Amino acid sequence: MNRFEYADAATVEEAIQLTVKGSAVKAGGVDLLDLMKERLATPARLVNIRNIKGLDEIRIDGDGLTIGPLVTLAQIAAHEGIKQKFTAVAQAAGKAATPQIRNMATAGGNLLQRPRCWYFRNELTHCRKKGGEKCFAQEGENQYHAIFNNELCAIVHPSALATPLIAMVATVELTGAKNEKRSVRLEEFLILPSEDLHRENALREGEILTAIKVPNLAAGARSYYIKQGEKESYDWPIAEMAAVVETEGTGESATCKSLSLVLGAAAPVPHRAKETEAKLKGQPLTRDNLLAAADAELATAKPLAQNAYKIPLFRNLIARTILAAAKNETTQAGEAQ
Amino acid sequence: MANPTTDLSGAKSPEPQKKPVPEAATPNNTGVKEKGGEREAYPFGIVGAKLETVERNVGKDEPPAWGTNEKLAVVGKPTPRVDGRAKVTGAAKYTADVKLPGMLYARMITSSEPHATIKSIDTSVAEKARGVKAVHLLVKDGEKVRFVGQPIGAIAAATQADADDAARLVKIKYDTMDFVTSVDRAREPEAPLIYKENVQQKGSAGGGGAASGVEQKGNVRGPSKDVRGDVEKGLKEADAVIEAKYSTQVQTHCPLETHGLVVDYKPGEVTVYASTQGTGSVRNEIAEVFGLKQSQVRVITEYMGGGFGAKFGAQPWGVLAAHLSKKAKAPVRLMIDRREEHLAAGNRPSSNQQVKIGAKKDGTLTAIQFINYGTGGVGGGAGATGPARGMYKCDNVLTEDYDVFINAGPAAAFRAPGHPQGVFSLEQAIDELAEKLNMDPLALRDKIDAHDARREERRIGADKINWSARKPANSDAGPVKRGVGVAQALWFRGHDRNSQCDVRISKDGSVEVLSAVQDIGGGIRTALAQCVAEELGLKASDVITKIGDTHYPPGASSGGSMTTNSMTPVARNAAFHAKEKLLEQVAPALNAKAEEIAFADGKVFVKSDPNRSLSFKAACAKLNSDAITGHANRGEDYDAAVGGGRRRGSGGAGGVQFVQVAVDTETGKIKVEKVVAVHDCGRPINPLTLESQINGGVIQGISYALYENRILDRQTGIQVNANLEQYKILGTMDCPEIETVILEQYWGKSSSDAGPIGEPATIPTSAAIANAVYNAIGVRIREIPMTPAVVLKALADQKKVAST
Repeated sequence: MNRFEYADAATVEEAIQLTVKGSAVKAGGVDLLDLMKERLATPARLVNIRNIKGLDEIRIDGDGLTIGPLVTLAQIAAHEGIKQKFTAVAQAAGKAATPQIRNMATAGGNLLQRPRCWYFRNELTHCRKKGGEKCFAQEGENQYHAIFNNELCAIVHPSALATPLIAMVATVELTGAKNEKRSVRLEEFLILPSEDLHRENALREGEILTAIKVPNLAAGARSYYIKQGEKESYDWPIAEMAAVVETEGTGESATCKSLSLVLGAAAPVPHRAKETEAKLKGQPLTRDNLLAAADAELATAKPLAQNAYKIPLFRNLIARTILAAAKNETTQAGEAQ
Repeated sequence: MANPTTDLSGAKSPEPQKKPVPEAATPNNTGVKEKGGEREAYPFGIVGAKLETVERNVGKDEPPAWGTNEKLAVVGKPTPRVDGRAKVTGAAKYTADVKLPGMLYARMITSSEPHATIKSIDTSVAEKARGVKAVHLLVKDGEKVRFVGQPIGAIAAATQADADDAARLVKIKYDTMDFVTSVDRAREPEAPLIYKENVQQKGSAGGGGAASGVEQKGNVRGPSKDVRGDVEKGLKEADAVIEAKYSTQVQTHCPLETHGLVVDYKPGEVTVYASTQGTGSVRNEIAEVFGLKQSQVRVITEYMGGGFGAKFGAQPWGVLAAHLSKKAKAPVRLMIDRREEHLAAGNRPSSNQQVKIGAKKDGTLTAIQFINYGTGGVGGGAGATGPARGMYKCDNVLTEDYDVFINAGPAAAFRAPGHPQGVFSLEQAIDELAEKLNMDPLALRDKIDAHDARREERRIGADKINWSARKPANSDAGPVKRGVGVAQALWFRGHDRNSQCDVRISKDGSVEVLSAVQDIGGGIRTALAQCVAEELGLKASDVITKIGDTHYPPGASSGGSMTTNSMTPVARNAAFHAKEKLLEQVAPALNAKAEEIAFADGKVFVKSDPNRSLSFKAACAKLNSDAITGHANRGEDYDAAVGGGRRRGSGGAGGVQFVQVAVDTETGKIKVEKVVAVHDCGRPINPLTLESQINGGVIQGISYALYENRILDRQTGIQVNANLEQYKILGTMDCPEIETVILEQYWGKSSSDAGPIGEPATIPTSAAIANAVYNAIGVRIREIPMTPAVVLKALADQKKVAST
């Protein structure tokens, strides 16, 4: 690990002043420490924002949900208001990583962490994302890589929170010099390799993420999140997704009034399943309709040599997630069976 | 084991001289045997099933026979680890905790290329880097490196960070060559050649190594062949034949504590703190490499954090640390990191097994044929056909094992070398055969398995898992299907002749047991204390255990599941001899002869008149010197033919595991819900640590079946998951309910009559899971790890077959 300065910021303003070129902002420090040990990040200065007051609060009011960037995943997972009104967000936070990491990792850090691609993380493989010539995943070991938008760089976005947040049309508040603030929809804030190969988001130099805002869901809309790992302890998803569903009618005759469906571990950014959303609108939520709608989106996927298994996996999980949201389930489908 | 592929069929008839005698003939365990009595009567058989008594010819120095555990006070009773408190409070010091005055920290220099000739190694910048005190290289210019992560040298510096930084400043120029990362590619005639010369690799005390005296063509070494009867004839005589291919992946050991040592190289004596399963093996290698006498090297392993077979000898990092310490004239600590642990510190070879089994309608096996190609990277030892030769009765058996070399780190002995692979195929094949014969899998095993213990284990386990309620595949409505499966293991029952103990009784009543044996985690420290306590009428916690130091009498290597069988008779016998010496001085004070006196409940008393007694402490106070010492070393098993240093004892041990799984057919995710593990291990010494070892074996077995997989990048030869994030190991949420049952089985083979457990506990798990998965979804999965990708593909393939 490189030698570095350590600066403690007491306010956002101070943090921005301290964040000179070559600095890294540290909140929970979970991914940053990894990146430094792996020598993927060699900051000359760490600016610690962990102690800034006011950035660690959760608020629910008439405008919706506001999550401070220093709120931990554990706090989100345990928050009664989030569990009731923004269910998928609490589920995603609770399924991420391990209890120890959830106690340290922050909401802001979760959105801004770097990808886990094993070529990106390995010092010996100088991949395209790191300025090299090629994406090693294209011809290499790609079982955990993207099935959508994977031509340039096949990472999957690592943030568990981003999937439900995008499904709920969340925005992030970014604060720059002179306390200038801008608000960007998270779906636009997280960017594809085609936009910038070397970054996963549109954070500008000298900016700090200062809030995550989620508008209230439409009355009657319900959300649900599913993470599918190879293991249940300490594993990244091979597929995850969040759905926000509004239904009309009840029981077998219930139809889909509106659907927002975002797939994780599928693409370099959380992937909105527009085809599925369009196809299900106004349709009864029968298993056949759900699978057909899933197929419509998955027909646009381009799996690599070793990750075609994700197609049937996503197909079945899409049906399961939408149904669970529609039925307002609170435990992960499959768990209690 | 020295040779994991050796025939196990000898285990069928454990006791030719068995002669039942009345149970009452078993002598009292608490006294001193009358001198001259060389024949002793021992319990023989399985408690709760068939228990007899057997007479043995034993030496004059042996203590009297113990009865069954029910008659003992300490042995066989659940006994918390004597070092449990030290371990959980952090007071226990592992190798990585050793801090010596002036100690330097080292980091290895390793190859970044999978296959290359070293053109030059430039350490000049590194040598001038901050804190650097010494550099040592193992590889010279012009020599080859054969895998990414191969140790090339090491640097010692004032801090770990300095050493880490300096190691990165070494500039190595390579002449790169084509490399190969897959078995299939390595077997092609035009494949890059890993070795030009015929490979000679000795195994460690844990097994492994390349079979000697076999041919080597290209990257393929073998076959290591074994023939019994005539397989072709057997297949012709069969009413049913099954033929299938099975494959298993490369698994790395992943001990919680990585390999490493602290070496303090001083003129006159080298002190080595090592994370090892064999203190003597480290001493011997350091002495050999540096031209020292064994007496000049002291190895200390007070506590160690797991090895699973990969921690024998000094190894490259040990040799490097010693060179660096010698050069820097300071102690040097070299703990390898997690990446290096995956790349260079050992692995379980893969297997690709082509299996044919033939049987008569009644189940009688007529032929078994196993052909296996596996890779241990640049190392040999991929043999996996041992179980095919030994588990079941069959007159016609043909097995061939081939080592296939690829550009990857060398295999090392790994918890039952070859057996989890070989049982994964054998036990599925037996189930496939049962289906073909329309027999219940347990009924077929009862027909073809001659071992009494396995039969009893099948009976107990079937009852606990409710086998009779087992349903046909796909009986569950909904996407999640449940199933139950079974598989079994057979393992060697051997001992290491390098097993000695001193038991020292001091005048103040303190009792110590001393041996160089190390505790790999199985709990030998506690087992030794129990045996000494039993002999002296004390509690296990009264006995001070001093182990893991070559200054003490030699101790067994912890390999081949032999530690308890090797060491507990020795501890008991040494205590017995100390007791004899104590009685010489104490008996007169009780006005009795030595043989009239017994030890129990902390007292020394006259058997016929228990009121004539002394407390143990008061008895010790009668000593006319500060202490007396009893010594013992491990002899042959009772009534065994005289053999070599690490001979296999007669008779095997093993176990049967039953598994219940739930398979989500929509996601391909397998959840192991319950495991019933029924095992035998001779006389159970400590049921608590036995249960712990069985739990560990089952957990490692599930992890092998479902998650673990070393993944090499086909483009670069780099292991892409050389960490504990993407190299997946079972975690707490993935752990099922595990019910363990320990059979109490006696052989009358030593004064403790203990047997093996560490290895058999992990052998059958993956096969039992695969059989349970088949029972759940009706699709047979013949490869591991059984990931969602594998299961989804198998389900899709089945649908395709069904629709055509």
